[in-house]
Amino acid sequence: MKHLISIEDLSRDDAIKILDTAERLDALTEQGAKKLPTLRGRTVVNLFYEDSTRTRLSFELAAKRLSADVITFSAKGSSVSKGESLKDTALTLQSMGADAVVVRHHASGAAHQLAHTGWIDAGIINAGDGTHEHPTQALLDSYTLRGALTKDRGEALGAGLDGINVGIVGDVLHSRVARSNIRLLHKLGAHVVVIGPPTLMPVGIDKWPCEVRYDIDGALPSLDAIMMLRVQQERMNGSFFPSPEEYSRMFGLNRSRASRLPHHAIVLHPGPMNRGMEITAEVADSHRSVITQQVANGVTVRMAVLYLLVGGDSID
Amino acid sequence: MTEILITRVRPYGEECVDIRIVGERIAEIGSSLEAGNALVVNGQDRVALPSFVDLHTHLREPGREDAETIATGSRAAAKGGFSAVFAMANTSPVADSAGVVEQVWRIGKEVGYVDVFPIGAVTVGIAGERLAELGAMANSAAHVRVFSDDGNCVSDPLLMRRALEYVKTFGGVIAQHAQEPRLTEGAQMNESELSSSLGLAGWPAVAEEAIIARDILLASHVNSRLHICHVSTAGSVDLIRWAKNRGVDVTAEVTPHHLLLTQELATGYDPVYKVNPPLRAESDVMALRAGLADGTIDIVATDHAPHPHEAKDCEWNAAAFGMLGLETALGAVVLSMSQLPEWDWRTLSDRMSATPALIGQALDHGRPIAVGEPANIVIVDTQVEKVIDPSEFASISRNSPYRAMTLPTSISDVFFRGRHVVRAGAVVEIGEVNSYD
Amino acid sequence: MKESYKDPRIVADSDDISRAIRRLSHQILENLKGAENLVLLGIPSRGVPLAHRISQNIADIEGTAIPVGSLDVTLFRDDLKLRPAKTLERTELPPEGIDGKVVVLVDDVLYSGRTIRAALDALNEFGRPTIVQLAVLVDRGHRELPIRADYVGKNLPTSQAEKVFVEISELDGQDQIVISHNELKNP
Repeated sequence: MKHLISIEDLSRDDAIKILDTAERLDALTEQGAKKLPTLRGRTVVNLFYEDSTRTRLSFELAAKRLSADVITFSAKGSSVSKGESLKDTALTLQSMGADAVVVRHHASGAAHQLAHTGWIDAGIINAGDGTHEHPTQALLDSYTLRGALTKDRGEALGAGLDGINVGIVGDVLHSRVARSNIRLLHKLGAHVVVIGPPTLMPVGIDKWPCEVRYDIDGALPSLDAIMMLRVQQERMNGSFFPSPEEYSRMFGLNRSRASRLPHHAIVLHPGPMNRGMEITAEVADSHRSVITQQVANGVTVRMAVLYLLVGGDSID
Repeated sequence: MTEILITRVRPYGEECVDIRIVGERIAEIGSSLEAGNALVVNGQDRVALPSFVDLHTHLREPGREDAETIATGSRAAAKGGFSAVFAMANTSPVADSAGVVEQVWRIGKEVGYVDVFPIGAVTVGIAGERLAELGAMANSAAHVRVFSDDGNCVSDPLLMRRALEYVKTFGGVIAQHAQEPRLTEGAQMNESELSSSLGLAGWPAVAEEAIIARDILLASHVNSRLHICHVSTAGSVDLIRWAKNRGVDVTAEVTPHHLLLTQELATGYDPVYKVNPPLRAESDVMALRAGLADGTIDIVATDHAPHPHEAKDCEWNAAAFGMLGLETALGAVVLSMSQLPEWDWRTLSDRMSATPALIGQALDHGRPIAVGEPANIVIVDTQVEKVIDPSEFASISRNSPYRAMTLPTSISDVFFRGRHVVRAGAVVEIGEVNSYD
Repeated sequence: MKESYKDPRIVADSDDISRAIRRLSHQILENLKGAENLVLLGIPSRGVPLAHRISQNIADIEGTAIPVGSLDVTLFRDDLKLRPAKTLERTELPPEGIDGKVVVLVDDVLYSGRTIRAALDALNEFGRPTIVQLAVLVDRGHRELPIRADYVGKNLPTSQAEKVFVEISELDGQDQIVISHNELKNP
């Protein structure tokens, strides 16, 4: 595996291998190993064309804990500028000898292009391209689900998420996190229910491996986990919903709705949260919420991905 | 006067004859004609057709000469078997005045490979706010009869109504680029499950169909002629068929790429496949082919859209829309249509020569291969297949979706007003035209 | 499984291996003068069941239970770039940890010494043993680093063209040591 561009690139076994590797890494950390020499001498470049402190720091920490040299390039490239920035930057990184490039870009397909146009030789990890995919987010979400819903750590190895019911609520139309998650959860055997207003559902979602519902209340009692997606208030200006208040009333996860979830059910959110919009502060901070574990798991899962892509000889 | 004898060709793929050209006209057709003083061109039993007329080309001059010029575009057209092209108005400056259209017309004449018919903009600056001086352009030396804001849609219904009414003054026609702007803001490719999957903003079919429906009704109401550019959806074909059945004076064109290529090509995010209107689904392609075969769609028009390398060598969202078309038009049309039962060389000739000339009022073009007619003839080698290599194109640009594909047929000779401008597939330098050593 | 070997030679059978392990266990006790503070860490895969057997033997001899753990050294290797990234194995230290302990690393075959070098680096991350020693079932020579085993079950001079396979019944269904020219299915 040389690149991680999309969940479609992974087989079920590949995905489980990444989760199992993260599991092993967690065990090492818990027993005291904070820093590993595995990527010593390798250069990992964080190429972030969009603002994202959370994801960028997560990748930075992951690479550093594997002793890689990390360079961060935060470029707010204008989308009007014909993308010269992307190609020229790629050529620059190539001559600097980058081993891996973690890229976040506002254009769907940017990561795919970096991996396939021949501008650069490095392994490419997609940290979010337009509204297309964000594979490491989906991997850390599945890792969190697996860990929380499996009783004993040891049981989790080699396992997927078979038979688990996961709800994804919010702006699926504009969400790369939703796309990656729907694909990965299905691949791992989970049953996915997508919930939101019809205006925020992409065309053709009826062909995707998930159920679609326009009401959240009916879905709650059967869910093992519920994932709230960020809904931008500005979407109101595109007439996707009449007002943030109406959105929140109809689809927001508040205390009353959270209490109707099964006892064991957990709440996820990829962050950053719009507290009060798709989720109340109370629920975000409740015992059901695994949001902080998601952040911690993000580092581990990204370490696993870096190791598997760049740690060995990448030719399979 | 130059005399050329083309021996052994088969007009419309029918009987083998010799054709004598004297000056700019076909003087004689028969078997085993005497060469006399004529320069002899061996037709090698190939198919001869009236040379093609493209009602929709972007020559980019004035303003974007880095992508194409009238000279290079003319050469590309000749290589593709065309003797006339209609040059769209979205240049820089826009062709919305007598001055700009006359300039384009004059340069086309000087270059001399094809007749260039400038298209005039419908609105000033193609901004869609007020009518351009359509009368001035019609009465200029360029004799503009086709008007289009192509690139943009004339979306204001009142403005479209006025334009349709106004062109009746001089028998002109409005060619509409049907794209409801509010439904296609930021659109990148056909709206479908695929666009959702790829994360590219969708361009829904209804945005084209809604404008076509509206304009058909407007044209009917004000009793004017309407032409629809680059029809791309099955629903559009249905609407046009309905309109014709009711006697509305509407004509329509389809591009070779919409006859052959589908949206699946967007999967690798290669912007060479990014075009407006976008490549659609297989079912749309099938409906377009059936429509072209039964005449619901009147003509093929290339929408030849050259772009410099940088405009396509970037991420999809940042890339320009458009594909080259002149030099691959015949091959793509033959590949997509030849399996249909109702399709033969006569039909192809009607769709690529006679009818486009009629719609655009290009009087010397699209004429039959017959004695007395202008000698605008293309000879086609139908026994060959070509692997398309854009680096061999006469066009300055290279953005062809057929790169590395194999297309049937190749253009071997073109006669433009009796001049042998393409010989054995290669463009002849104007100084050497009709000199044979 | 034997069908996948090319020209195999069996150089030790189940009885040979039992005796070797018993001898290793006695040597460890003798050398360390007892089992105090002793921790056995097996290097996956086959070092782990070997470590368990040594622990069992010591329990039989001395009556004391010796803590056994596993130490996967994959992420600490210096030769990772030579092949695709390997699946990680389990690292599980005994609950009492390794600080202040006598750690005996246990592996099936000692060859270039790189695995053990990685193991020493790994141990640094987890704590500070007072002494670290090495017990191996087979020493086949061809060291690339200044590393030696304290306890060796069997010395097996080999050529670099040959491959040594240790089969352990917990993983492979039987106990034997085989020299051949190609790969087993569970490396």
